[in-house]
Amino acid sequence: MSIEIEHVNKRFGHFVAVDDVTLSLPEGQLTALLGPSGSGKTSLLRIIAGLEFPDSGRIRFHGEDATDVHVSRRGVGFVFQHYALFKHMTVFDNVAYGLTVQPRRLRPSKAEIRNRVTRLLELVQLDWTANRLPAQLSGGQRQRIALARALAVEPKVLLLDEPFGALDAKVRAELRRWLRRLHDEIHLTSVFVTHDQEEALEVSDRIVVMNQGRVEQEGTPEEVYDHPANPFVFSFLGQVNLFHARVQDGQARIGDLALPTAATGDQPEGHGLAYVRPHDIEILADDSAQGALAAVVEGITVVGPTARLELKVAGARDLIHAELPKSRLRSLGLSQGSNTWVRPLNGRVFVEPGRTPADPESVGM
Amino acid sequence: MSTIASHIHGTRAAAPTWRRATEEPAWVRRLLIGIALGFLSLFLVLPLTVVLYGAFEQGLQVWYAAITEPDAQAAIRLTLLVVAIVVPINLVFGVMAAWAIAKFEFRGKSVLITLIDLPFAISPVVVGLIFVILLGSQGWLGPWLAEHDLRVIFAVPGIIIVIAFGTMPFVARELIPLMQQQGKEEEESSLTLGANGWQTFWRVTLPNIKWGVIYGVILCNARAMGEFGAVAVVSGRIRGETNTMPLHIEVLYNEYLFTAAFAVSSLLAGLAIVTIAVKSLVDWRDERQRHQAAA
Ligand SMILES: Nc1ncnc2c1ncn2[C@@H]1O[C@H](COP(=O)(O)OP(=O)(O)O)[C@@H](O)[C@H]1O
Ligand SMILES: [Mg+2]
Repeated sequence: MSIEIEHVNKRFGHFVAVDDVTLSLPEGQLTALLGPSGSGKTSLLRIIAGLEFPDSGRIRFHGEDATDVHVSRRGVGFVFQHYALFKHMTVFDNVAYGLTVQPRRLRPSKAEIRNRVTRLLELVQLDWTANRLPAQLSGGQRQRIALARALAVEPKVLLLDEPFGALDAKVRAELRRWLRRLHDEIHLTSVFVTHDQEEALEVSDRIVVMNQGRVEQEGTPEEVYDHPANPFVFSFLGQVNLFHARVQDGQARIGDLALPTAATGDQPEGHGLAYVRPHDIEILADDSAQGALAAVVEGITVVGPTARLELKVAGARDLIHAELPKSRLRSLGLSQGSNTWVRPLNGRVFVEPGRTPADPESVGM
Repeated sequence: MSTIASHIHGTRAAAPTWRRATEEPAWVRRLLIGIALGFLSLFLVLPLTVVLYGAFEQGLQVWYAAITEPDAQAAIRLTLLVVAIVVPINLVFGVMAAWAIAKFEFRGKSVLITLIDLPFAISPVVVGLIFVILLGSQGWLGPWLAEHDLRVIFAVPGIIIVIAFGTMPFVARELIPLMQQQGKEEEESSLTLGANGWQTFWRVTLPNIKWGVIYGVILCNARAMGEFGAVAVVSGRIRGETNTMPLHIEVLYNEYLFTAAFAVSSLLAGLAIVTIAVKSLVDWRDERQRHQAAA
């Protein structure tokens, strides 16, 4: 079941929560709605579900207009961030709920309901909790029950609002991989909301990046990560360093250094800002390479196999962040206060720095 | 925890009791608890004892005769009738108002919340007078009512109206904070699972507010039986016809029939005790559920 969203707008008072969003979510894919807090992700998801009515625009499921279809008739499964399990019902009754409220002539028999609930509880690996109350389960378990409950009515579309947002890091990582496998098994069109770019990049087929109620970019995780459409998307998908650059003859120059950027050919000439990821900053032992910038190591943090450096380049206001393998750090023999040289290896130049989540100067450099 | 405890025992075996840094000294605690208990016994337990003593002083038979005498029976019947009408009305109104306030955003919401509290803010006598002015024979709607042969003031409908007005806030006030705190995600879940509004109300909303509803009904019921001031103004105090239990007690008292007055009072006092018992039960259940949720 594909989902088409056409020119959807939603205001709360004077605040524009969803601003003319048009999207097409292909059948069978797991799409992430990614954006900072307040960017309208939840509002858009609730409009798709029918929990909120758009001020204008249409929602189509598989080409059929669903805009005015009541939430209880849309056939969507919705999973809330805080689970929203029925506190006073056992796990079994929670999962069975969607079946037991069906009109008598459609309702499966008691035995059939029991069968289906048991199968769903096995699917989420929690069949042993059937007689417990939600309060007796952990957060991760509750969220899996919420998922089983949503799946019980065999929805055509599964919508999840920050499903792992309230869980701790380890459970989060486990559950999102599990969700990915589950999605592959049951062939649903799924949309999940997250503000965590890592989560979106890891599990989704498509990413829709949102900001201030608008769609900034959509595409596969690789497309969005490797070819960000604008400075906002670049900054939001990970840490960046900003360099002032001159753009000339399809090349960006930072001082003496020509930056081999991915797509500068179509850039107009003039002053630009180069966005460089920390792992695209090369650390050099000497100044033999052309265009290398002299820097002083201000701080070193080692996280597992990766070392993160903070470097001060003469004349620059902000620190440069670089990432390299721990082994490389050791072979360079760097420590705090060492003198070294850095060179941006790869980056993206935007001639007119448009909207960014914060003052561009403070983002990286 | 156990290691800490054993450590403390080990080093301070002579004084195993230890207190938290923020706790008051023992004498302060005892003084405060003592004052609270003393106050309670003076103003609650003592009067209750006096009522029960007065009621049963001359034996069970006198007590029984006093509450089965025709006028007393009429007062009890009228009170029960009023309660049977007023409590369901205020139950439905309270749930609807709390639902609207907690689950929807609309203009004039704060005005509605204030209005619900109004009956608590006005003196019952004034409430009675308002309805006499509105519905009495000299009142605004009086001529119209007289034309249609409807007696409201100095009759049972008037009593029901003023009591319904005076006890309106109990259920709503109990439920508004409860429903606001619970939010609407469970209801929304129910809807996405295909339930309609009616099913959602009965199967999700009501079970979640059940104890709040029970508590509100208990309070509403107790107050409806005990209401005096407003009823005194609108009822006309016709013996055996428009006297509720509190009015009947006053009549007996004014006629120096103290034992009979206390006997009927003991019924209301008994209701108060039942109310407190049920309230404790509700609180206890509440507490236990919260413990379970936290565990
Ligand atoms: N029911 C509502 N009433 C008023 N404002 C709302 C409501 N729901 C959302 N908003 C506002 O709309 C904006 C977008 O909210 P939301 O869609 O929840 O963003 P996100 O999920 O991306 O954090 C927020 O600034 C929020 O304050
Ligand atoms: Mg949100």
